[in-house]
Amino acid sequence: MVVSRTAAGRTGFAQGRTRVIRRLWKFNGGVHLPGHKDESTRLPVTRAHLPKRLILPLHQHIGEAAEAVVKVGDHVLKGQMIAHAKGFVSAPLHAPSSGTVVEIGDLPVPHPSGLNAPCIVMETDGEDRWTELRPHCDYDQLDPSHLRNIIREAGIVGLGGAGFPSFIKLNPGPGKTVDTLILNGVECEPYITCDDMLMRERGQEIICGLRIMRHALHARACVIAMEDNKPEAYAALLAATRGTDIEVIQVPTIYPAGGEKQLIKVLTGMEVPSNGLPIHIGIVCHNVGTAVAVYRAIEHGEPLISRYMTITGGNIVQPRNLEVLIGTPVKDLLDECGWHPDTLERLVMGGPMMGFSLPGDDVPVIKTTNCILAMTRDDAPAHRPVMPCIRCGACADACPVNLLPQQLYWHAHAKDLDKIQEYDLFDCIECGCCSYVCPSNIPLVHYYRYAKTEIWAAEREKQKAEQARIRHEFRLQRIDREKAERAAKHAQKKEELTSITTKNNEE
Amino acid sequence: MLAAIITLGLLAAVFGLVLGYAAIRFKVEGDPLADKINAILPQTQCGQCGYPGCRPYAEAIAKGEADINQCAPGGEAGIVKLADLLGRDPKPLSEAHGQVKPKMLAVIDEATCIGCTLCIQACPVDAILGAAKQLHTVIASECTGCELCVAPCPVDCITMEPVKKNIREWTWSFPEPPQEEPVLPKGAHG
Ligand code: SF4
Ligand code: SF4
Repeated sequence: MVVSRTAAGRTGFAQGRTRVIRRLWKFNGGVHLPGHKDESTRLPVTRAHLPKRLILPLHQHIGEAAEAVVKVGDHVLKGQMIAHAKGFVSAPLHAPSSGTVVEIGDLPVPHPSGLNAPCIVMETDGEDRWTELRPHCDYDQLDPSHLRNIIREAGIVGLGGAGFPSFIKLNPGPGKTVDTLILNGVECEPYITCDDMLMRERGQEIICGLRIMRHALHARACVIAMEDNKPEAYAALLAATRGTDIEVIQVPTIYPAGGEKQLIKVLTGMEVPSNGLPIHIGIVCHNVGTAVAVYRAIEHGEPLISRYMTITGGNIVQPRNLEVLIGTPVKDLLDECGWHPDTLERLVMGGPMMGFSLPGDDVPVIKTTNCILAMTRDDAPAHRPVMPCIRCGACADACPVNLLPQQLYWHAHAKDLDKIQEYDLFDCIECGCCSYVCPSNIPLVHYYRYAKTEIWAAEREKQKAEQARIRHEFRLQRIDREKAERAAKHAQKKEELTSITTKNNEE
Repeated sequence: MLAAIITLGLLAAVFGLVLGYAAIRFKVEGDPLADKINAILPQTQCGQCGYPGCRPYAEAIAKGEADINQCAPGGEAGIVKLADLLGRDPKPLSEAHGQVKPKMLAVIDEATCIGCTLCIQACPVDAILGAAKQLHTVIASECTGCELCVAPCPVDCITMEPVKKNIREWTWSFPEPPQEEPVLPKGAHG
């Protein structure tokens, strides 16, 4: 199905090597956004200062929260596991530096609800001393399931944003084969540049990680993709893949080309079915940052304890990327890059399209944090008045999933949670293209999020009711049975008594 | 070893027989309409509707003996669903049968509890754990918030507390509705 035109050609970057020119496809809709990427790519990436306090939420990934295995007062070493995975879809957590556990309790976490959630808090001792690590230098001698186990134990989750435990996506499952493994370096949201910087600086590690992933999946082909606005990253990866069969592809810059299903469409022309996964069409997609984490976990034995992160926005004195320890409070990062507290309009985790506002600067960064965006009034235009829908259809033209945002809006507005699902609400990737183009400024995505979480809540209620019904019926049966047993005993006693009395009488 | 296997096997067989018997002996006769109604009711089993549980109320509705607006925990949404199912007009919750309240959870003050087991006998879903003279606790995930355990407690140590919001069950708020008066937008759109 993949139509690759194999017109051979030589590029300046890969001298003496034949490159395959891949035909690219287009997805419907999307929007062109001002990039704001230059601000944060001027400085090389350095390690952020070691924070005094690290706050580690137990739930940083999709699935069950991790379970703490340390107590207050314990001294832990850098890289030591402090919470283990609970259940299959879960990820363990490791101490990002050495120090003492000072608190385990509910604290503010980065989440759109602004609610508190369980965290392990540690005070660092400044020594940054590693626990004993177990590197594996010959990954190709290892069994894929063994590799997946190491990756699971290292707490690696998708670093592109969703935070799905990576070892699961490195298992094609019985009877499935992987045709193409795609490394996603498309960073389509404005302001964010951490994957760009990672590709510029860590090309070799990305390729090593990619090889390990390929081995785990037995993937036939490998592709690394990024937009055509990252020439440095492109050059770096071309150099790093010289002499290999790994393709490095530039795709047109349009938002949201970095969405998994959108990128697959652009690269292969194939559509991932609604409710389906890429593996159903023989494709697996991972983020470039995840590849680096996999490399470090296998070849250095290091768990996931830090990542590249962009600190940017009009409020930041020196926008840049830093390698940040997971659990670092946002305030430490703002202080390190310089900021203006008095003109801070909005503090966002993630990008301006899909990110969410933070309740304060005391929350920590987590495994999935790619960007801290500190906006002044100019970055964050004042709330425009919301007006009635004029049925212009602009939202449908912009939707990259071919949904009907206007219809979704009407049903969400009417709180008709059954009807809205008929319009494939759950295929919406919440990219925000529809809200962005809406001339009436309707917060469309907010309506869809409302509807999704309400549907999930109703589903949970239903399950709870079913459980209560079963327990109640069970109780009624038990009471009946006990009554019957008591009655039977009673009858038996009576019989015995009567038989004795009759015997006595007879005598 | 062999003895253990045989004992366990025998035990399994005995329990199987008992359960099988119970399933036949205590089989709830199916009534399709009552089943459908029961599936809509919240299964709180609180009895506020005037019946000794959700199922009896469902049967009463099916027979036309009870109205559809007597279930307070089901709230407005529940009444609308019942009306839909039965092809009737929804109506507001009958005042005689309580008010719509946020979901509650029973909490036993373990310092005061004397272990009398009265609450266990009252709980319709066996959500309270404890034996005679031992302190009791509520299994939070099973408690339906029916309040039936509160009155029987001789030392008043059970309180109903609103269910704490947790991050996994949090829902996005309903967005502000658009202003009906058209206002000219300030500045062009990006
Ligand atoms: S937010 Fe959802 S409905 Fe709106 S454009 Fe994106 S995918 Fe389509
Ligand atoms: S873009 Fe806005 S105004 Fe136009 S149809 Fe969609 S929701 Fe209505």
